[in-house]
Amino acid sequence: MTALPLLRAHEVRKSFGHSLVLDSVSLDVARGEVVVLIGPSGAGKSTLLRTLNQLETIDGGSIYLDGELLGYEEHKGRLIHRSEKDTLRQRRRFGMVFQAFNLFPHMTALQNVSYAPTQVRGIKPAAAKAAALALLDQVGLADRAHHYPSELSGGQQQRVAIARSLAMEPDILLFDEPTSALDPELVDDVLQVMRALSLQGQTMIVVTHEMGFARDVADRVVFMTEGAIREIGTPAEIFQDNTNPRLKSFLGSVGTTV
Amino acid sequence: MSSQFTPVDVSTARHRGRPGQWIATVAVGALAFSIAWTFVTNPTVEWPVVAQYLFFPAILQGLWVTIVLTIGAMAIGIVLGIVLAAARLSNDRLMRGVADFFVWFFRGTPTLVQLIFWYNIAIFIPRVEIGLPGMEPIFSESTNDLIYPLVAALLGLGLNEAAYMCEVIRGGLLSVANGQKEAAQSLGLSSRSTFLKITLPQAMRAIIPPTGNQVIIMLKGTSLVSVMAVADLFYSAQGIYVTTGKVIPLLIVASIWYLAMTSVLYFLQSRLEKRFGRGFNRRVVGRTKSQPKTAKPAPVTALSEGDHP
Repeated sequence: MTALPLLRAHEVRKSFGHSLVLDSVSLDVARGEVVVLIGPSGAGKSTLLRTLNQLETIDGGSIYLDGELLGYEEHKGRLIHRSEKDTLRQRRRFGMVFQAFNLFPHMTALQNVSYAPTQVRGIKPAAAKAAALALLDQVGLADRAHHYPSELSGGQQQRVAIARSLAMEPDILLFDEPTSALDPELVDDVLQVMRALSLQGQTMIVVTHEMGFARDVADRVVFMTEGAIREIGTPAEIFQDNTNPRLKSFLGSVGTTV
Repeated sequence: MSSQFTPVDVSTARHRGRPGQWIATVAVGALAFSIAWTFVTNPTVEWPVVAQYLFFPAILQGLWVTIVLTIGAMAIGIVLGIVLAAARLSNDRLMRGVADFFVWFFRGTPTLVQLIFWYNIAIFIPRVEIGLPGMEPIFSESTNDLIYPLVAALLGLGLNEAAYMCEVIRGGLLSVANGQKEAAQSLGLSSRSTFLKITLPQAMRAIIPPTGNQVIIMLKGTSLVSVMAVADLFYSAQGIYVTTGKVIPLLIVASIWYLAMTSVLYFLQSRLEKRFGRGFNRRVVGRTKSQPKTAKPAPVTALSEGDHP
């Protein structure tokens, strides 16, 4: 018997109107694994990520976390939507880092990080604050704790956003193009934080165009086009030994020489 | 051509003179003076009478009623407006339908008509009874005892206001980026917490200025209740001038009080705007340490402190 993967997406289908964005996508992710999703824009990478923490509902297929079906439950032999409380519990096991950071502008960096733990996990404010400060220190922003997002650079905001996700102690951290909105000189600070997390054994699924990061940090790289997974492999298999012409042309277009 | 070139310092520069500016100033000044002069010298104004009635008990009583009506009706309007706005933006068809109907109805009929309707509600529903059909009512009261004029005024103004506040609040809520809601959801916050703690506080920035406007409209709009014999500021002033014939002095008394109240509101609004502008208006932030901009040592294993805004 093989060990159950932490996450299993099984033949996930999703359409927006008439356009099919996920066409029967299946993917297993093991605990501690770093999976990087690459592919041209419109390939469905972000949508796949967003179906995992149920920001998008799926039209078909299924997703399991630790063997538990996400979003639906069996009731008298039929599948029905889970209650809001149940959905929130499942969602909490994923952390999400957005391209546009999406920090709460009316809260300081510290409040951004400590708010959800006090509200959702029922942690005492003092303890949540201490934990938040430790996380801000971990991402190198201890001295920016009392700044509002508008007073931080993009790179700093994204690192606060990562700390905010970590504060919920998620099983899986999802990154949706975390460096795409950053000035080039700020990208490395964020990538360094992500590298450190991978070394700590954090399970991560990352949508990115940073091929260097994918090559160095990913355990597996997934290549998607038009809503479907075309190739899955180790960075070496994807970046060096690939024979898929679409993958070759994509890697050429993002400036990665084989 | 001179080879000597001395750059000037523009810090000493003055504004360009505008011919005609002083003429306009004199004209405006003269107009203002003549208006003021009319008020001061016009025998119908009777400033001593204004002074006499400014703190007259009936006027102060009316002022109090106006304040209570304004606060009460705005409280009903804002709370119900938030609920209606949330309902109009929800995915629930039934809630959306009910809220749409409410706004359509209360915005679509004149406030005066609504007020007179509430005042006369006893004609329409003589008794208010709560209970099940065919059983002794748990609660039974004559409508006239339940809805006396002040309550009718509060209901009329408050429900009408809720329809307008719903639209003000809905506009504010729509101004908050969708990513904020998604970020809150991703953290596992309930839709209730997300609304109350994330979306609504951010929407406040867009909600406060038009709400300030609504409060001022309401403050003056409460004078409509004089039709229901509710003794607000205007009704009290009217009552006095009808018996004494001092129309202009008492209109001035009422105006002074209305202006005083709107001035206080104006001040309160700017305070609120500052409060909810937190995180949006850039503060001047003292650097924790003054760091000379020299090449920083690049940390290799530690996470870098890095960039400055």
